[in-house]
Amino acid sequence: MRPVSYSRVRDVATAIATVTADAGAAYLAGGTTKVDMLRIYAEASQRLVDINDLPIDHIEVQPDGALRIGAMARMNDVAMAPLVMERFPVISEALVLGASAQLRNMASMGGNMLQRTRCTYFRDAEASCNKREPGSGCDALTGVNRGHAVLGTSKHCIATHPSDVAVALTALDAVIHVQNTGGHHAYPIDDFFLLPGGTPQREHPLNHGDLITAIEVPALPVGRNSLYLKVRDRESYEFALASAACALRLENGVVAEVRLALGGVATKPWRARRAERALLGQPATRESFARAAAEEMSDAVARPMNEFKIELAQRTMVRALETLAARGDVS
Amino acid sequence: MSTAIGRPVDRVDGLAKITGAGRYSAEIALPGLVHAVLVTSRIPSGRIGHLDTYDAERAEGVLAVLHHLNLPKGGSVPALLPSLFGAAASGQTFFPMQDEVIHYAGQPLAVVVADTLDRAEHAARLVHITYEHTPAITTIEQGRDRAYEAEKIFAGFIPGRITRGDAAAGLAEAAETVDLSYHLAANHHNPIECSATTAVWEGDRLTLYDSTQGPNATLHTVAELLNIMPSHIRVVTGYVGGSFGCKAMIWAHPALSALAARAVHRPVRLALSREQMFSGCGHREEQEMRIVLGADRDGRLTAIRHHKLSPTSHFDDWAEPSLSVASSMYACDNYEGVYRLIKANTMTPTFTRCPGEAAGMFVMETALDELAERLDLDPLEIRLRNYAETEPGTGNPWSSKGLRECYQRGAELARWSERDPRPGRERDGNWLLGWGMASSAYPVTPPGGPQRARARIFADGSAVVQSSFADFGTGSATVMTQVAADGLGLPLERVRVQYGDTDLPNTAAAVGSAGAGMVSAAVHVATTALRDQLIAQAVADERSPLHGADPGQITVTEGRMHLRERPDTGESYAELLQRANMTDAEALGTWNPPSMMGTGYGTMTFGAQFAQVAVDPELGLCRVRRLIGVFDPGRVLNRKTAHSQLMGGMLWGMSQALLEGTVMDPAGRWSNASLGEYLVPVNADAPDVLIETVETTDTVVNPLGVKGIGEVSMVGTAAAIANAIWHATGRRHHRLPITIESVL
Ligand SMILES: Cc1cc2nc3c(=O)[nH]c(=O)nc-3n(C[C@H](O)[C@H](O)[C@H](O)COP(=O)(O)OP(=O)(O)OC[C@H]3O[C@@H](n4cnc5c(N)ncnc54)[C@H](O)[C@@H]3O)c2cc1C
Ligand code: SF4
Repeated sequence: MRPVSYSRVRDVATAIATVTADAGAAYLAGGTTKVDMLRIYAEASQRLVDINDLPIDHIEVQPDGALRIGAMARMNDVAMAPLVMERFPVISEALVLGASAQLRNMASMGGNMLQRTRCTYFRDAEASCNKREPGSGCDALTGVNRGHAVLGTSKHCIATHPSDVAVALTALDAVIHVQNTGGHHAYPIDDFFLLPGGTPQREHPLNHGDLITAIEVPALPVGRNSLYLKVRDRESYEFALASAACALRLENGVVAEVRLALGGVATKPWRARRAERALLGQPATRESFARAAAEEMSDAVARPMNEFKIELAQRTMVRALETLAARGDVS
Repeated sequence: MSTAIGRPVDRVDGLAKITGAGRYSAEIALPGLVHAVLVTSRIPSGRIGHLDTYDAERAEGVLAVLHHLNLPKGGSVPALLPSLFGAAASGQTFFPMQDEVIHYAGQPLAVVVADTLDRAEHAARLVHITYEHTPAITTIEQGRDRAYEAEKIFAGFIPGRITRGDAAAGLAEAAETVDLSYHLAANHHNPIECSATTAVWEGDRLTLYDSTQGPNATLHTVAELLNIMPSHIRVVTGYVGGSFGCKAMIWAHPALSALAARAVHRPVRLALSREQMFSGCGHREEQEMRIVLGADRDGRLTAIRHHKLSPTSHFDDWAEPSLSVASSMYACDNYEGVYRLIKANTMTPTFTRCPGEAAGMFVMETALDELAERLDLDPLEIRLRNYAETEPGTGNPWSSKGLRECYQRGAELARWSERDPRPGRERDGNWLLGWGMASSAYPVTPPGGPQRARARIFADGSAVVQSSFADFGTGSATVMTQVAADGLGLPLERVRVQYGDTDLPNTAAAVGSAGAGMVSAAVHVATTALRDQLIAQAVADERSPLHGADPGQITVTEGRMHLRERPDTGESYAELLQRANMTDAEALGTWNPPSMMGTGYGTMTFGAQFAQVAVDPELGLCRVRRLIGVFDPGRVLNRKTAHSQLMGGMLWGMSQALLEGTVMDPAGRWSNASLGEYLVPVNADAPDVLIETVETTDTVVNPLGVKGIGEVSMVGTAAAIANAIWHATGRRHHRLPITIESVL
């Protein structure tokens, strides 16, 4: 590991000032991504500014009913919060199905948004990777790409966004709150995660020194009838091959309200807007679910090793919708 | 008379392990210790163009950068000989860093030594290497047209072609045949503890703290590689965090750590990284198999043709013996087995938990299931109809065989006869449920030479028993304490077993599930020799109550020698020794095993396995709900550790079926060389596992009749699962692992 220096800050302003002033500095939250990145030379920070003492770890309901999750709230604490379990089971489930208990105790929600792809070529500091080293090429295109994305890819990068909870948050139209030396910014989550296009190194709009302070989930009654379905080779401790975050409200057997987002198959947490549109007003049947799912995947681009994901993603959506539909009109 | 053997005694090293007090080879703290890190090849084939050490040598804390141009040349590379022989056991007949030629990705090209691990790792990144590439073959697909029939495989012990009877004629007369082709992914061992050696020189004497299954194998291999006298090397193996075969043979790192320590005049620790574990200590090779089974109308096999194709290294004709056990599982007069190899740019493959048996029996046991289906026979029935009463090929009697009982008990536990034999009939929500079964078998192989132990009893009646074997997590130190206690007639807590040190009496590496059998034999011989010596002393001692008694009538309980018929006549070891003014007494025991070339018996551990699997065909998921295994391991030394071994094996079998596979990158490197990408089961995958053993007495294999349970339970699990997947869904799978995309 490269030599790094370390310091600990106690307030938000100092944290931002310290990192902003030093181009080689980075925030250290739970460290479950950051330390790995340094050890494998995928990132090159020389200074870690520990933000674990910052008072931004609350999980609370706002006057307007929105849920506000502090950036330093631990994944496990959020998953287990009764408020979250009751109002947004999809968030709780996405968290519980991620990583392992030990990791979830350390890992923060802010860090989760900024975790890096599991693409093996990104993580192999000597491989060609446009995301790690812009312009160097993409070994994944011709390499082992079973886990790679089929939606939102470009010829420069096909890396899957790995987060589970970000998928749930995307389905729910969460907002990412950011602070920097200039003040406060709020990004709708769908604008926060960027498609790779020609600049896969840019994964989000943050500038150096920008600190995520909170994630806000708007009050959304349909959230109560929601779930997260994660499909993977083994039963636990693995990233998704395909996942679906879904919330559904039926009226007289017809889809009145639906939220659907996909994980494991796209270069960013993928809001399935086409499927949502196709579903609204349709009868809650397997046929209309399958039609909508197919519609969502109609532009998917696969490689030989990940072709199955196009089919798998559809079946995952259908299963998620069917499961919620079977629970009846709960909201 | 045995009181300790068989009891479910807790591990003697359990507390030290779970509290962290036990020191593993990469945790040995020595004054002045420094750290070595390997720099390995990115490419699978070619030459080093330029190896630039300028930056690395100037990095903070760096003491040395060793490579082919400055590494002192030593002795010669020993032959590839399984470590069960007890001699030098190089994992491949190649030692790196001798010239600039690159044979496989991951080949060590340089060793960086620095004062801390982090600094050594950082400096290793600063060794800049340019390569001259030459074309590489790293997969079966790439090398198919260069395949050749091996003259011999497996270090020369197994012919490349094995026949009995006339397979073609047998197939011609068959009423039904199946002809199936399989592909099995390469596997890596993935023990939790990565391999590591800490090397210390004192003058011309070398001590190695090495994580190995065979301390003496390390000793002899390093002696030959460095051309130093074996008497000048001591290998200490304290705690070992698993092996599964990757520490069965001796690879480059122990000798490299010694060379590095000599270069910097400091103790050196060399630990492989997790990634280096994928190219530093062998693997199970990728393999294709084709099997043709012919049977008459009653399901009796008329012929077996079983061919295997696999890549090996450029140095050695190695293939795991995938055909062996499958060839002697069933009575069939006509057999043809052929090993074909491809010279590839990988290291030499090696023993990997259940080397060959797990792969070959997957093929045999799933093919037999398909044959049963065609013949409309129950899968269990077809196995019984082909039950081998004697060893196929030799006609030798079995030293013991409880397979029929295993089938019967397993079928009872699984309620086998109650299942609807037709596939796809049982449902649980989104899950289709199915049951499958398969046979298990694993050879009992004696070690290649005498096995020794020393027993010493003190005047207070406590004893220490010494033998050089390593306990790499299986519980051998615990069971040897039990064997020693019974041999001496002492309570368990009065006996300590000292092990894992080549200064102690010699044993071969504990490999091939042979460890418990051979070490227990040595410990039994040593402890009973000491017991008999003390009884003889008592009988000869005028002051002893046992004076003049018939030694054959004397037994020992709780450290007290007494007449079998009149327990009140006797005295303790302590009384005898103290009266004689002896501080201790000692005996060396040597067990001379039967010849490796044959005992005149077929020697095998058998078992039967049943699996219940749930398949969600829509999402491609296979989850195992129940595993039932019944085995005939001969004498069970400790019910608890035996159960753990058997359960571990079955879970590895599940892993083989559904998860494990190392994938070759088009660039000729293993692409998933991490525990994140190479999947093994987690707790959430673990099904309900039920294990029983059937009583079998074996008087041939070793003094205590221990047949070995290290690996047998992995054989057949994958087949039982695949057969259950068929029963659930009606679909057969011929590729391992069975992944989501193949089930969809
Ligand atoms: C073995 C393993 C398995 C995993 N499995 C899953 C899984 O199944 N599903 C899943 O969703 N995730 C998974 N993860 C990822 C895990 O959830 C993330 O590593 C974790 O959420 C990151 O949070 P952290 O607090 O540890 O971040 P850190 O590692 O501390 O930081 C991550 C990055 O975010 C930056 N950062 C952190 N906090 C802030 C902030 N407030 N503002 C601005 N920048 C910030 C850091 O500078 C760094 O660049 C897994 C991780 C591991 C190691
Ligand atoms: S897919 Fe993206 S992250 Fe992976 S190698 Fe290509 S550019 Fe890099």
